[in-house]
Amino acid sequence: MKTIIDIANLKKDYHVGEVTVHALRGVDLKINEGEFVAIMGASGSGKSTMLNIIGCLDRPTDGTYLLDNVNVAGMSKNERAAIRNLKIGFVFQSYNLLSRTSALENVELPLMYNRSVSSRERREKAIAALEAVGLADRMNHMPNQLSGGQQQRVAIARSLVNDPVVILADEATGNLDTRTSYEIMSLFQELNNKGKTIVFVTHEPDIAKCMTRSVVFRDGSIIREEDVKNRLNAAEVLRTLPVEQD
Amino acid sequence: MNPGNLLKIAIKALKRNKMRSFLTMLGIIIGVASVITMLAIGQGSKKSIQDQIAGMGSNMLFVMPGNMRMGGVQQGSSSSQRLTVADVKAIKTECDAIVAVSPEVRSSGQAVSGNSNWPTTIYGGNEQYLEIRSWDVVSGRNITDTEAESSAKVCLVGRTVADELFGEGIDPTGETIRFQSIPFKIIGVLSKKGQNSFGQDQDDVIIAPYTTVQKRILAQTHIQSIQMSARSAEESELAQSQVEEVLRRTHKLRENEDNDFEVRSQEELATTMTSVTEILTILLGAIAGISLLVGGIGIMNIMYVSVTERTREIGLRMSVGGRSIDILLQFLIESILLSVFGGLIGIVIGFGASAIVEALTSWPISVMWSSVILAFAVCTVIGIFFGWYPARRAADLDPIDALRFE
Repeated sequence: MKTIIDIANLKKDYHVGEVTVHALRGVDLKINEGEFVAIMGASGSGKSTMLNIIGCLDRPTDGTYLLDNVNVAGMSKNERAAIRNLKIGFVFQSYNLLSRTSALENVELPLMYNRSVSSRERREKAIAALEAVGLADRMNHMPNQLSGGQQQRVAIARSLVNDPVVILADEATGNLDTRTSYEIMSLFQELNNKGKTIVFVTHEPDIAKCMTRSVVFRDGSIIREEDVKNRLNAAEVLRTLPVEQD
Repeated sequence: MNPGNLLKIAIKALKRNKMRSFLTMLGIIIGVASVITMLAIGQGSKKSIQDQIAGMGSNMLFVMPGNMRMGGVQQGSSSSQRLTVADVKAIKTECDAIVAVSPEVRSSGQAVSGNSNWPTTIYGGNEQYLEIRSWDVVSGRNITDTEAESSAKVCLVGRTVADELFGEGIDPTGETIRFQSIPFKIIGVLSKKGQNSFGQDQDDVIIAPYTTVQKRILAQTHIQSIQMSARSAEESELAQSQVEEVLRRTHKLRENEDNDFEVRSQEELATTMTSVTEILTILLGAIAGISLLVGGIGIMNIMYVSVTERTREIGLRMSVGGRSIDILLQFLIESILLSVFGGLIGIVIGFGASAIVEALTSWPISVMWSSVILAFAVCTVIGIFFGWYPARRAADLDPIDALRFE
């Protein structure tokens, strides 16, 4: 099986004044194609730093990081921007949609920064991504005309549009109620079943149970790494949840 | 990102805050409009002075009696009697850069015709006098040199004199008027010249042969000044030095003696007069320029606000693959759009304001294309200059911090 993320002895230090903070102390992590990995841990455990480095937003102090067999650890700011554009999709806790910009245009955004995609191709791919998240009928809605769950779906469509090798979700259900959370998880499971590799940062154990593997961080190191037993099917959980009265 | 998309994003961002964009542009609009209007006013007043000086004569030079010493006592120039008809003749034969020369004598007095009378000035000259002063005869004919030699009692009248003595618009050619009891036959009427830049009515004149004025009115042998035309404007300096040389000789001045006359050219007069308006133009332009600068600072301020407001947007754009240069250009294009669009409106208003000033003052105000191009270029530069730092700040943001920005 193809290895998408191959991290070895990864270290990240921050210098705050004269104090050096070791955010990551030599982490080894391999993620294969088709995995759905939960990254868990308390605040300050290093999981956000890990996600930033995996997402090429930040660069490690030391260690190697191969993303899709390309060493990205030593890349410059612009090279990392290009990598993010082509190989990574982000889903944030607070959606981060552009306000007063239609769902369709929001989804088109990553392709705007890829000059090899024509405007027609861009539109077609964005429509396909919105269809994949079940929002084909809301394409021209503005973010403020959509519910939280729908906004997160637009964000997921945006993360899919460039056909990335990995989708990185940072507390993607953190702002949502339980029911909507499972709806979103159901969508992620659906994408995973189609072969998408997903790395999902969360601190909710129930949510983590929807994934295939969990990695737990503490003090900058991985303290536990295990396959999820009794994996939850989010769609089934949804059926058992009481439907809210309107 | 390609430039077309960047432009679309910038336009969209400006449209989102219409009022704010307009107020920001207002600084540039006022700045550009005032620069254009001020330069147009400056240029207009300069042109009006130049026109008037050009109307005085064609490449004119004139000699006036200068200060002189008599036994250690400085004498006023008006008391000088050093200029003579002989000087005129010497200039005529010796100075090849001079194409026309005439003596000038003048006297003030009362002109009388029938039961009307009018206080005016009589000027004496020769046949070339009108040519030198760029004056045309609209009816009748010019004075001839024969008449000048024979002290003929003929004259040309200015439009004002004709109007006052004979009635509005009447052609008095062939009539006789008296000036200080001397009868003059009117042989022609001068074209209208209007007021000069000092507010004097240039049509309030009578022109007669200089000999007639000298002998019959003033009873003097000297002349008050010499009027000349140089061959061309370029040769006026050469003509000036030639005249000076000739007059120093005819006046028998020794090496160490100062000139007892002064040679002035129309060019010199024009330069002196226009230098004042030029200083004024620079001053007005500079003040207007400062308002343009203030407008630019307004843009910078708003761009900083905009960058701060949109920090999360910047973070998002970076996280989906926007490079620093994309972010830089996005904000730079926005500020250039603000300043250039403001500049365009300012140019239109500048044209309007210039037209209004022209209507109010009747100066020949013309908006210089150079100032329009300058204003436009300055606006673009302002947009880049004042947009650069806010855009740079946006581009230098760290995507992680930007995404977390509250």
